[in-house]
Amino acid sequence: MTEGVQVAGIYVHDQDEALEFYVGKLGFEVHTDARNGDFRWLTVKHPDQPTFQLGLFKPQAPVVDDATAQSLNEAVAKGAMPPLVLVVPDCRAAYDAMRKRGVEFTQEPTERYGNVDASFRDPSGNGWKMLEPQKAWA
Amino acid sequence: MTVVVSASPKDPRLLRRLLRARDRMDAASHEEWPVSRLAEISGVSEAHFSRCFKDAFGVPPHRYLLTRRIERAKALLRDTDLPITAIAFETGWNSLGTFGRVFRDVTGESPSALRDRERTLPHALEEVPHCFVRAAHRPDLKIAVSEKRRLDGPDMSSATETEVP
Repeated sequence: MTEGVQVAGIYVHDQDEALEFYVGKLGFEVHTDARNGDFRWLTVKHPDQPTFQLGLFKPQAPVVDDATAQSLNEAVAKGAMPPLVLVVPDCRAAYDAMRKRGVEFTQEPTERYGNVDASFRDPSGNGWKMLEPQKAWA
Repeated sequence: MTVVVSASPKDPRLLRRLLRARDRMDAASHEEWPVSRLAEISGVSEAHFSRCFKDAFGVPPHRYLLTRRIERAKALLRDTDLPITAIAFETGWNSLGTFGRVFRDVTGESPSALRDRERTLPHALEEVPHCFVRAAHRPDLKIAVSEKRRLDGPDMSSATETEVP
């Protein structure tokens, strides 16, 4: 086996809504969707990146207390969570396709120093940069 | 669409809509952003919007807009050869004088001084996505510009100045 990151998670306000977004609008696939009572372990993977799972986790008791869950939901909704970067081969084409599917873009594709990037948010407020690296980096 | 706020100000769904208004300012900080326009995006009444926004993001909406304009002006000064007049208009100011004064009040130096200084620095951040570098260099404006001006030097104060760019 090789070493590396297997799962990294983001907090989402509503896991059904997040699933609809990441699978239905962004084209990810469900990797694991396992429930135990109120708890739901939900991860998705990008079709081109089968060894990495993006966790779509709801901040909730008993993992965190209710007040902390509320704070985390607020932080996500205020766009305060760390940056996420999605790499694509053609930013403008991906922008057009995703916009048609109803993805909320916060910045249109813009070229800077040979890279083209755009920004979008998921329904919870997590912010993504969508990056088409210049060919030399790819 | 404007709806009455019945939810608590801490409702994540309300915060998410306030974030949408902030995102729209980010995407077009050179445009005019009256409270009515922002309130409509957030689905909050005009009477409540500024308070809700400040509660959520720590600064009033127009001060937030001003930091974005200054941030963008700094990037243009650093990364382009555009004349300072063009940068002032491109970033949303109606007068070069106001731009220069607010810029100096916020950053502590004139636009041309910043441009000269930035050009002599080596660029070590080229591996970091550009937008994150810019966000990190955004002016951290915790007080009103008029207040900052008063604290920095009484000779520069102007009672009629407002922070609305």
